[in-house]
Amino acid sequence: MRALSLHLAVLALLLALHFVLPAYHHANLARIMVLAVFAMGYNIAFGYTGLLSLGHALFLSAGMFGAGLLIQHFGLTAAPALLIGTLAGAAMAALTGLLALRTAGVSLMIVTLMFAQAGYLTLLYFGAVTGGDEGFPVPAAGRVAFGLNLAAEGPRYLVALGLFALALMGNLALVRSRFGRVMVAMRENEERSRMLGYNPFAVKLGVMVLSGLYAGAAGAFYGVMFGYVGATFATIPYSILPLLYVLLGGAGVTLGPLLGAVLMFYLIDLASSHTTAQLAVTGGALLVLVLFAPKGILGSLRERGLASWLP
Amino acid sequence: MASVILQAEGLKRHFGGLKAVDGVDLALNAGEIHALIGPNGAGKTTLVSLLSGRQVPDAGAIRFDGTDITRLPAHERVRRGIGYTFQITAIYAGLSVFDNLALAVQRGHTRDLSRAVTEAAARVGLEDLLPQIAGTLSYGHQRLLEIGMGLALHPRLLILDEPTQGFAAGEIEGFMALVRGLVPATTVLLIEHNMDVVMALAERITVLDQGRVLASGLPAEIRANRAVQDAYLGGSHAGD
Amino acid sequence: MAAVLALSAVGLSLTFGVMRVVNVAHGEFFMLGAVLAWVVVQAVPSAPLGFVAALILCPLVVGAVAALADTAILKRLNYDPEATIVATIGISYILQQGALSFFGPDARAVEAPFSLRLQFPWFGYSGYKLFVVIAAGLVLLAVWLFMTRSRAGLVMRATQVDRNTARAFGINVDRVYAGTFALGAALAAVAAVLIVPIQQAHYLMGHDPLLLSFIVVIIGGLGSIRGTLIAALLIGLSDGIISMFFTPTLAKIVATLAVALVLVFRPQGLFGARA
Repeated sequence: MRALSLHLAVLALLLALHFVLPAYHHANLARIMVLAVFAMGYNIAFGYTGLLSLGHALFLSAGMFGAGLLIQHFGLTAAPALLIGTLAGAAMAALTGLLALRTAGVSLMIVTLMFAQAGYLTLLYFGAVTGGDEGFPVPAAGRVAFGLNLAAEGPRYLVALGLFALALMGNLALVRSRFGRVMVAMRENEERSRMLGYNPFAVKLGVMVLSGLYAGAAGAFYGVMFGYVGATFATIPYSILPLLYVLLGGAGVTLGPLLGAVLMFYLIDLASSHTTAQLAVTGGALLVLVLFAPKGILGSLRERGLASWLP
Repeated sequence: MASVILQAEGLKRHFGGLKAVDGVDLALNAGEIHALIGPNGAGKTTLVSLLSGRQVPDAGAIRFDGTDITRLPAHERVRRGIGYTFQITAIYAGLSVFDNLALAVQRGHTRDLSRAVTEAAARVGLEDLLPQIAGTLSYGHQRLLEIGMGLALHPRLLILDEPTQGFAAGEIEGFMALVRGLVPATTVLLIEHNMDVVMALAERITVLDQGRVLASGLPAEIRANRAVQDAYLGGSHAGD
Repeated sequence: MAAVLALSAVGLSLTFGVMRVVNVAHGEFFMLGAVLAWVVVQAVPSAPLGFVAALILCPLVVGAVAALADTAILKRLNYDPEATIVATIGISYILQQGALSFFGPDARAVEAPFSLRLQFPWFGYSGYKLFVVIAAGLVLLAVWLFMTRSRAGLVMRATQVDRNTARAFGINVDRVYAGTFALGAALAAVAAVLIVPIQQAHYLMGHDPLLLSFIVVIIGGLGSIRGTLIAALLIGLSDGIISMFFTPTLAKIVATLAVALVLVFRPQGLFGARA
């Protein structure tokens, strides 16, 4: 009950901010919410199930290019393009999972990294269609869904909030479900779970697909809402990004990705307004987290018993 | 003649030059308590791994309830009714007792999960500890939880791998009553070092030595068997 | 290319073999070596002398940086495999930033210490490239002798087999790890100094060698130095052949996927012994 109220309160706060935030932060927050959805998908795999992937940029860009290319080349409208893009993320995750999940631990990290890199190179190779490194702007006609112009500030924020709310409540329901319990069981002790009759491969594949669904949705909405699709989003830093958000906010906590995304976004924003050292900030943050707070902010709170009810 | 629920024929598992299991035949009658004993290194653990599917045999076949399960993965065997409790306690230390049991109980697609979990806890006397984190339980309680998880699967065959290790004397009594209550609905394969427990519980005993079946029969027969006495008293007892 | 690749890959293989650490920052150590080479060559007026100085100084500096990173960061993580990967990603970002801040975003060329051109009847061959091959070969030979013959090599191999036993025998495992990590990075730096007259130094140049080294190490079998050498030669030689048939991008796609699949289906590598 407490957890549900907290989640609803966070959503209400985000809605309230829509009316009071200055334009700059308003636009930022819309971006952050979509990126938080990406990180939430990552959290489902990494935080809850213990699957450390370094290739989530592949699923993000599958969603982004899935939606973007359909609008650009086939003149689809935003709504079906967003749907297909989201599914493209899940499909890419299923394909990756089928192969990569035969490995675990360090090998899984390298294999997912390699797949994502191959995906990025493929985007470059078909540069004539995908725009390669330069990318392409999404045509204005393709940025209208159900009469809402996603290019405009107001609707954009609300759509981002809607997506985020759906993802967050879905995530909450997931981790409280029986499948959610099995996910955590896989993270805690895979062999034990097998001897309770759970097929580890099937469970992890299901998790990957869900995670890819989130990432694909984030990619598709990001591309359509902000009007740009590019291969940069398939590069390694975009695989590291959700890891960073999740590590910072708290792995295995539903609200961790949002908190991590907000803090990291503004940390880099702050750093780049004073110096040019964004890379060092990212790298430094990774090191500090992994050394001193491997459970992240909310995870540490929960560990200390201050909020043991956090899902 | 009772019906055979699990039949293993000619099971072999070699590690390099070591013949851990070297041509073992084993038949478990439905509803019996069958003990598997033998000196350390006799191949008990490997044999149990083969039966539960944690390892694949080099040769031989295993039939469970009439179907060949030799190639089935472990989780599929659990689904068909072969439950297994770990020798080294393998509970989810970071999760609550409730979640530990729920993971086993929810396999049965129970409608009312919390009631079923409470019942499963009551069978091993842990119903008052449901919200506690499993890793913080006393060792004896952790062992009980491990066994409780095996029971909650409602297996038709339950393999108990060294279940009484670490129990206090008083706890052993309760454990024996618990196991007696399982049969004949469940068949029990008991791997056990404590001879008092074996003799008190088992209806039949199979003795393993150096990867082979040394003897198999009623407790009285095993007790009188010279070869068994030699194997146990002939120095391989060291390191027990 | 094959020779330089082998150097860099052996460095990576060494850290993985002895420490079970996948060093994602390996490419950045390579980059650091190249960038420092440029700095040293600028500082020393005479071209050949400057190059020799770079060849000695750069590996030492890079090795020291690596040893520092090991004691300050990796050791505190207890070498947990997944945490160290995250940490080395962090280190690689910081090294990139360092190079970008102090060195700038431009690519800098370093002149070869000599420009001898060997003229064969049917094709010409740059004398410097030949020198690189020989130098890399010598360094590899030295590493191999060091690992198999010297006391330090023995200690490293003992640590590789079982670090707890090694500790029980009075081996200072912390120092061995720091030394191994430094040696691995220094090898990357040597490779970088050698390559810098052929390619230019740039703060993002660590990416390709990292990927290639990964490919080599995985195909050769993680931690197997012999397999790594064979794989490096194969890849280095076939790199040229593949790129004759495919465009470079396609070649990279094929190579990347191939490596991922090797890791999935033959985790012990193509030349590694079955575990």
